[in-house]
Amino acid sequence: MKLKGAQIVIETLIEQGTTTVFGYPGGQVIDIYDALYLAKDRINHIITAHEQGASHAADGYARATGKVGVVIATSGPGATNLVTGIATAYLDSIPIVAITGNVPNSLIGRDSFQEVDITGVTMPITKHNFLVKKVEDLAPTIREAFRIAKSGRPGPVLVDIPKDVQNALYEYEKAPVVEKTPVAEVDNALIEQAAQLIAESKKPYIYIGGGAITDDAGAEIMALADKIDAPIGCTMMGLSAVPTSNPRWLGMEGMHGHYASSIAQNEADLIITAGCRFSDRGTGNTKKYALNAKIIHIDIDASELNKNIKAELGISGSMKKVFAALTDAVEAVKHEEWSARIQELKEETEKLEKQDNTLTPFTAIDAIAEAAENANENIIVATDVGQHQMWTAQRYPFKESRTFISSGGLGTMGFGLGAAIGASTATGKKTVLVTGDGSFGMNLNELATAVTNQTPVIIFIMNNGVLGMVRQWQTLFYDKHYSNTTLERKTDFVKLAEAFGLNGYRAFNLAELKDVLKKAFAENGPVLIDCAIDCDAFVLPMLPPGGSIDDIIVDPSAM
Amino acid sequence: MERFVISILVNNHSGVLSRVSGMFTRRGFNIDTLTVGETESPEFSRITISIHGDKAICNQIVKQLEKMYDVKTVKVLKRDETVARELLLIKVKNSPESRQEIVSVVDIFHAKITDYSPEALVIEIRGSSTKINAFIELVQPYGIMEMCRTGLVALERGGNCLKDA
Repeated sequence: MKLKGAQIVIETLIEQGTTTVFGYPGGQVIDIYDALYLAKDRINHIITAHEQGASHAADGYARATGKVGVVIATSGPGATNLVTGIATAYLDSIPIVAITGNVPNSLIGRDSFQEVDITGVTMPITKHNFLVKKVEDLAPTIREAFRIAKSGRPGPVLVDIPKDVQNALYEYEKAPVVEKTPVAEVDNALIEQAAQLIAESKKPYIYIGGGAITDDAGAEIMALADKIDAPIGCTMMGLSAVPTSNPRWLGMEGMHGHYASSIAQNEADLIITAGCRFSDRGTGNTKKYALNAKIIHIDIDASELNKNIKAELGISGSMKKVFAALTDAVEAVKHEEWSARIQELKEETEKLEKQDNTLTPFTAIDAIAEAAENANENIIVATDVGQHQMWTAQRYPFKESRTFISSGGLGTMGFGLGAAIGASTATGKKTVLVTGDGSFGMNLNELATAVTNQTPVIIFIMNNGVLGMVRQWQTLFYDKHYSNTTLERKTDFVKLAEAFGLNGYRAFNLAELKDVLKKAFAENGPVLIDCAIDCDAFVLPMLPPGGSIDDIIVDPSAM
Repeated sequence: MERFVISILVNNHSGVLSRVSGMFTRRGFNIDTLTVGETESPEFSRITISIHGDKAICNQIVKQLEKMYDVKTVKVLKRDETVARELLLIKVKNSPESRQEIVSVVDIFHAKITDYSPEALVIEIRGSSTKINAFIELVQPYGIMEMCRTGLVALERGGNCLKDA
């Protein structure tokens, strides 16, 4: 059947399993929006307040489900407003397809109204991008975009479509959902070598990143950990891959990792890493990183092996399969001494993290978890970027994979609200966005989107009146020169919430907080909580930037 | 620091060169020379890049290239199994005093004078990069007005072809 290019776009999205797209109309995508209008009973579109919010929503949709998220924007400013969202997805390996309209082919390159070379702009932050110049290439290109986005190490793909291509007629025939490109099988010799290294190890440590979630490898990780008696640590992106209640779980390591996780990693004689790129936030100074350990590095992306850290053994392949093969290849062992040491470290960590019964960042997060439990809600937790993000990463008890949505690699302040809307829309789950007054201020316009769609998002603002993470660095390393981090804003978040059409609550102490959380969980649509946090609460422990485990700060007053 | 010559077979359409060179910029890899042109098949272009670095950097470059959508094949060419050539066009000042000496250098290097005018000689020379460097050094004293190097092109010796790698 002959369809207009714009209809082919929408039919191909539907054919590829997209149920909701996020976006914003504009001059060069009117045709695509017309096609959406015609197909509105088969595909849902959510208009955000800003294209950036739409890009984060598509990202949140992808993170929460593993499906490809889709965002649509017009040419020029519409397209450039996606850039931060695309870069966020790129750095965290999240599969999204961004569709942009462009000026007609005949006007390209003439600095036409709202023209920008978006394939040029996004070249370094996409897995690949396409400018579709002919309507006959349209459906195959969009299918290829989906294949690229979800295959191997996932990532964003942009498809730029000039207006005349959207208008041209061409034959469309429905095609099946594209398959991921198969991952090469792992050479058994490498598994044998890895098994040998594991057999020689007395202090093994399993270290997982976001790849564990992408590859749904939680069960395989736990099985290997049990068989070789190893603790499991993770990067921030690896959070939720294994339930935090697992006795082997040490949680996040690195700059703001748990004490036990970072120290154990440094004492280990073998680190089995998977789906992680040894980012500087995880390793600190690479010259002093894990000097006692041999490293087995497993990643689906072969270019990650030996990129940041030299590994004893690199294995490129599916994490799920490699862990399963390793579990088969190794003998079950017990490491009494190592386990005792891990236990000791866990107890020290508990002491360091012990809270009294006052309102602190940790007790606030405990209260959220408790309220979710009481409301019998299986929630998703999203964050923005800063102190609140680290506190959430350190403290929240994650039960299921894909329930922690946070910008890791790019560290995008303003990510949270859009992402929370996307995650909640995709799953139907109640989503708590833990944010800060700084981050929230960046993209709070998306409150309008949450209200319109009655998205069940609880916006939990840890309000300390400062840009806390930068302030913490200024306190510790810049002689308390609080340059532009004391906000002194007069924003009343409760009134703001009301103005946007949702309820807002305030809490100054733990009792009030528990009370308002209960109310918030009882609501069906979006709701906001403004929670007072001390502006000098620190995220601890901390490995100073460029420092090593020897420089770990657990008590800043001792500095 | 070693010199590596990397041959890359890529899709022959617009934007591919900027994707490949952009990856080098973005990841902080330095390119010494870069050449690109159509191959025996109009579908593909061949990019030859020479770099200086250690083995680890070279491996990382290959892995990053292999990930790119438009890159079909990547191969690091082994020095002793490779024919590598560069072409230089160089314009040297012409004067009755220096002319004979320049002509001698040209002869010894099997170079060629391709344009002659009272003010200038345009000389063409091809060969390995070291040979070309040596030639430039020798004609330097006579006054180089301008020059243009192609960068390295290279093929493996014997029957091996990049497209089969």
